[in-house]
Amino acid sequence: MSPELTVLLAVGLPLVGTLLIVALGRWPNLRDGVTVVTSLAVFSLVASLLPAVLAGRVVEAQLGLNLIPGVPVAFRVEPLGMVYALVASLLWIPNSVYAFGYMRGNHEKHQTRFFACFPVAIASAVGIAFAENIFTMFLFYEVLTFSTVPLVTHKGSSDAMRSGRVYLGVLLTTSVCLQLFAVLWIYVLYRQGVLPGIGFVRGGLFGNALAAGAVSAQMLGLLFFLYIYGIGKSALMPMHKWLPAAMVAPTPVSAFLHAVAVVKAGVFCVVKVIVYVFGVETLRLSGQSAWLVYVSGGTILAASLIALFQDNLKKRLAYSTISQLSYVIMAAALLTPVAIMAATVHIIAHALGKITLFFAAGSVYTAAHKTQVSQLDGIGRRMPWTMAAFTIGALSMIGVPPVVGFISKWTLLRGVVESAQLGGTRAEELFALCVIALSTLLNAGYFAPIIYRAFFRPPSPEDEHHPHGEAPVSMVFALCTTAGLVLLFFVWPRALLTLGAAVMEAAT
Amino acid sequence: MTMRLVLDYYNYWVCIILMMVGFYGVMAKTNLVKKAIALGLFQTGILVFYITIGKVEGGTGPVTISGAPADAVYSNPLPHALMLTAIVVGVSTLAVAMALAVKIREKYGTIDDHDIHRLEHEMPD
Amino acid sequence: MELIQLHLPALIVVLPLVTGLLTALLGRGGRGWWISLGATGAVLAATLQLLAQVVYQGPQTVTYLMGNWPMPYGIGYVVDPLNAAVMATVALIGFVVTLYAGRSMAPEISPDRARYFWAVWQFCLVGLLGITITGDAFNFYVLLEISSLSTYTLIAMGHGRDRRALTAAIHYLVLGTIGACCYLVGIAYLYMVTGSLNFADIHARLADIYATWATDAPVYKKTIIAGFAFIMVGLSLKLALFPLHVWQPNAYTYAPAAVSALLAGTATKVGAYGMIRIVYSVMGTDFAFTFLRSDILLAACALMAILVGSLQAIKQTNAKKLLAYSSVGQIGYIALGIAANNVAGLQAAVIHIFNHALTKGAMFMALGCVLYRTGGVRLEHLRGLGRKMPLTCAAFLVGGMGLIGVPLTSGFVSKWYLVQSALERQWLAPAGVVLVGSILALVYVGRCAEAMYFGQRPENSPEVREAPLSMLVPTLLLAAASLYFGIDSGTTSRVSEAAAKFLLGVAP
Repeated sequence: MSPELTVLLAVGLPLVGTLLIVALGRWPNLRDGVTVVTSLAVFSLVASLLPAVLAGRVVEAQLGLNLIPGVPVAFRVEPLGMVYALVASLLWIPNSVYAFGYMRGNHEKHQTRFFACFPVAIASAVGIAFAENIFTMFLFYEVLTFSTVPLVTHKGSSDAMRSGRVYLGVLLTTSVCLQLFAVLWIYVLYRQGVLPGIGFVRGGLFGNALAAGAVSAQMLGLLFFLYIYGIGKSALMPMHKWLPAAMVAPTPVSAFLHAVAVVKAGVFCVVKVIVYVFGVETLRLSGQSAWLVYVSGGTILAASLIALFQDNLKKRLAYSTISQLSYVIMAAALLTPVAIMAATVHIIAHALGKITLFFAAGSVYTAAHKTQVSQLDGIGRRMPWTMAAFTIGALSMIGVPPVVGFISKWTLLRGVVESAQLGGTRAEELFALCVIALSTLLNAGYFAPIIYRAFFRPPSPEDEHHPHGEAPVSMVFALCTTAGLVLLFFVWPRALLTLGAAVMEAAT
Repeated sequence: MTMRLVLDYYNYWVCIILMMVGFYGVMAKTNLVKKAIALGLFQTGILVFYITIGKVEGGTGPVTISGAPADAVYSNPLPHALMLTAIVVGVSTLAVAMALAVKIREKYGTIDDHDIHRLEHEMPD
Repeated sequence: MELIQLHLPALIVVLPLVTGLLTALLGRGGRGWWISLGATGAVLAATLQLLAQVVYQGPQTVTYLMGNWPMPYGIGYVVDPLNAAVMATVALIGFVVTLYAGRSMAPEISPDRARYFWAVWQFCLVGLLGITITGDAFNFYVLLEISSLSTYTLIAMGHGRDRRALTAAIHYLVLGTIGACCYLVGIAYLYMVTGSLNFADIHARLADIYATWATDAPVYKKTIIAGFAFIMVGLSLKLALFPLHVWQPNAYTYAPAAVSALLAGTATKVGAYGMIRIVYSVMGTDFAFTFLRSDILLAACALMAILVGSLQAIKQTNAKKLLAYSSVGQIGYIALGIAANNVAGLQAAVIHIFNHALTKGAMFMALGCVLYRTGGVRLEHLRGLGRKMPLTCAAFLVGGMGLIGVPLTSGFVSKWYLVQSALERQWLAPAGVVLVGSILALVYVGRCAEAMYFGQRPENSPEVREAPLSMLVPTLLLAAASLYFGIDSGTTSRVSEAAAKFLLGVAP
C-alpha cells in the first residue's frame, strides 16, 4: 500500500467505522466489535507510516475536495504530527475497551450514538495531526469540536446541556473569532504575496516577510495572540472553563477528551503553529511571544491551586489537566529545540498518565459509585488494581521516577537550561524554573492525599453495607495496560526520545 | 434671491409639497384608509415631477403636423408615457391596500393602526 | 428549437406571465399547481441554460431587444454573469418551493382561492425574474412593483391561520411603496441629467459628466448625488437592510409557509442584486464609493444589521420570527460584500445570495413541515421533534449549520470570501463582526436545535408523524444542496468569480 493511500485511509477508515456502527446499532456485540477492529486498524495504519517519517521521507496526500478553490485540503506527515496521531490512535484502543465495560456496567442509554461519535473524533484528530496547511487544520479542528459535543451532552440532563453549551460556546467562539480570523489573515497575506504560502513549512512562514519589513513585529504578535487563544482546546487560562464543565460526561468521554483527542489536539496545534507557521527562530527574533511563558506558567500554578480545593475527583483531575497542558505550552514558548522536544515528550507522557487516572476514577464510580475524594477512604483494599494504577498515573503527573512523567520533566528542565544558554531573557528562564518547582509541590499536594486515603485510611463504617470489588474486567484490563505503558516508557525512554529528537530535528 | 428660488422653480416646489404632504399623511395618520390615500398623494407628487421634467422650454406638443417648421422644438413625450404606467401601478397599489383594509376590518373590527397594535399586543408570538 | 433559444431571455419573463393569467382563468382544482410547476420548471431550465452560456461558453453577455427596438430607445434584456446567477437562484428556489407549496398551502388557503394564489405566485416570479434580467431603469420599477404587489397579496393570504398576516402585508405595502417611489424619484434625477433610462447608456453618459467634475466647471453634481441617495434608500427598503428592515420580520412570520420560503430565498436577494447593479454598473464605484464614500455608510449599516438582526433573533420565541430576524442579519453579510468593493467581496455577495437562499429556504420549509404537523412554530412546538420528525429536523439543522457557517456547509464558503474581502481592505473590525455574527447564529440556531433534539414533547400534545413526502423531498433537496455546495464550492466560486470580475472589469 502506498503511503499516500495509508494517510487517506487513516483519516477515512474511522468514518466508515461510524457508518458501520450506526448500521449495526441493533447488535451491541457486533457494533462494539467494529469499534475495536477500527481502532486497531487505524493504529496500525498510523504506525506503518512511522519508519518512513523517522527516515525523514515526506509523505503527502491530497483530498480531492474543492471546499474553497485554491485552498487544498491536504495532508503531510511529519514527526510532530506523527507523535500526536500515534498517541491518539494508540490510546483509542484501551479507551474503547474501557468504554464497553463502563457503558454496559452503568447501563447507559443511546450507546450507538455514543460509539458512533468516537471514530469521527479520531478521524478528525488524525486529520489535525497530518494537516498540511492551516486551513486543513482548522477544518478538522472544527469537526473534532462538533463530533464531541454529543459525547459531552450524552446524559441529556439539564446539567449536561448547560455544560454542552459552555463546551461548544467556548471552543467555537475562540476557534471562529480568533483562529479563523488568523487563518484568513494569513491567507490574505499569502494572496497579496507577502507570505510564501499557508502550509506548515520548516522554519515557519514569516521569516522573510519579517526581515523584509512586509510584516511588522506587532502584526506578527497580534497574529500569534489570535492563534494561541484561537486554539481554545489547549485550555490556556482564561479560556479553560469548558474543560471542567465537560466533566459531566461519562468517564470514557473524559478520558477521551483529556488524554486521547481533544486537549491533546489543542496543545499539539499550539506547538505545530509555533514551529511551522511562526517559526521558532522568527518568534525568538521578534520577541513577541514572551508573554506566553508567563501566561502558561501562571495557568500551571493557578490550575494546580484550584485543583487542591476540588473534592470531586474528576474536577480535580480536570484542573490537573489544565495545568499539565500549560507545561506543553510553556515548553513550546521557550522556543529552543530541546524545549520543543520536551513539549512533544510531555504530550505523550501526560496522555498516558492522565488516561490511567481517568480510567481509575471511572472504575471507582462504576464499582463503588463514588465521585468525591473524601469518600475514598480505604478503597485501595477493595480495588487494589485500580488504585495501584491510579498511583502510577499520579506519580507521572508529579514527575518523579520511576514513571514516564519524570522523563518529560527532565527534558523540560534541559530545555530551560538550553534557553538560558541561547541568551534568552534571564527572567523567563527563572520564572519557568520556579513554576516547575512550585507546581511539582502542588501536584504532589493534590495527588498524595488521594493515595493516602485509598491505602492508609480505614474504610468508613457505611461502606461495610455496600460490598463491592473491582470494576468489570474490561475496565481493569484497560487501566492496567495504560499504567503499564506509563512504567514501560520510563524503562525504555529511547522510544520517546527518538521521536522527540525527530521532532526537534524537523523543527529547526 | 429666495424669491427667485421659489418662483423660478415653482413646478418643483409643487412636487415637493405634494410629496411631503403625502409622506406626512403616511407617517402620521393612524387610519389605514387615510394612510393609503396619503400614499396616493405621495405618488402623485412623483407623477407631477416626471411630467415637469419632460417639459422643454418653448416646446410644443410632440406631434408632427405637416407644415410644421423644421426647427420646431417639442416637449419630451417619454415621461408622459412612463407616468401612464406609473398611474396604473398606483391604482393597483391603492386597490390592494383597500382590499387589505376591508379584510382587516373584517378580522379586527377596526382599521385604526393604534387599535390594531393594541389587539396584536395581546396575542402570543 | 432555435426560435426558443433566440427568445430565451424574454421567455423567462413572458412565460410565467402568460401561464399566470391562464391559471387565474382555468386553474381550478389542482390544475393551478401543475401549471405553476410546469412554468417554474421551464423557467429554471431556461435560466440554467443562460447561466451556462454566459459563464462557461461565452460571450459574457446576451442581449435581447424587446420588439427589436435598439437600445437605448427600446427596452433591452441583458444577461450577464451576475444576473444569470441571481436568476438561476430565483428560478431554482421558485421551482423547489412550488413543488413544496402544492401540499403545504392546502390547510392555509381555501380551495376556491387556490387558483388565484397560484396566479399571484407566478406573477411574483415574473416580477423577480424581470427585475433581474431587465436592462432598463423604468422597466425595473414596473417589475419591482409587480413583484411587490404580488408579494403583499401572498403575505396577506396567511390570514387564514393568523390575522396578523393582514397587518404585516399592509405595513409592508406602505413601506414597499415608499421604497419603490424613492427609486422612481432617483431614476427621475438620473433621467434629468442623462436623458436615458437604459442602465448601460446611463452609465456611459454619467462617465462624461463625472469627467467634468475634475475641471473648473462641474455639472449636475448635486442632482446625481440626490438621485443616487434616493435610489439607494429605495433599494435598501426592498432589501430590508438595517435600519429599513422593520417590515420584514412580521411579513415573513405570518405569511403562509411556502410564501415565507419563497420570499426569504428570492425577494430580498433580488433587492441585493438591484443594489449591486446600481452601484457597480450604473453609478460606478468611483462615484459611489471612492467619491461619496458611501461604502462606509453601507458597511456600517451592514454591520449593524448583522449585530442587531442576530441579537433580535436570539430573543425570539417564535421560530419563524427568529429566522426572519436572522435574515436581517444575513442581508448584512451580503451588503458588507457589496460595500467591500473588491473581487472577493462581490464573490461573497453573489455566493451568499445563492447560499442563503438555499439555507433559509430549507429552514423555512422545514418550519412549514412543523407547522403542517403541529399547527405552530413556537419553540415549544419544536420540542422533542428530533425523534418524531427526524428528516425535517435534520434539514433544519443542516440549514442552521449553514447560517452559522460551519465548515462543509455552504455558509462557510460565503463567510470565507467575506472575511477575506474585509481583510484585503484592512477592515479588521468588520471582519471580526462577521465572525462574531457566526457565534450569535450559533446561539439562536442552538436554541431551536436544543428544543428539537433534547426537549421533551409537551404534555398531552397530539401524536405527530414525519411530514408528507411531497413537502419533505423539496426541503431535503435544498438542505442537500446546501451541503453539496459547502463541500464542493467549485461551481459557485467559478460563477461568482465570473460575475465579480465582469462587474469590476477585471480580465477573467
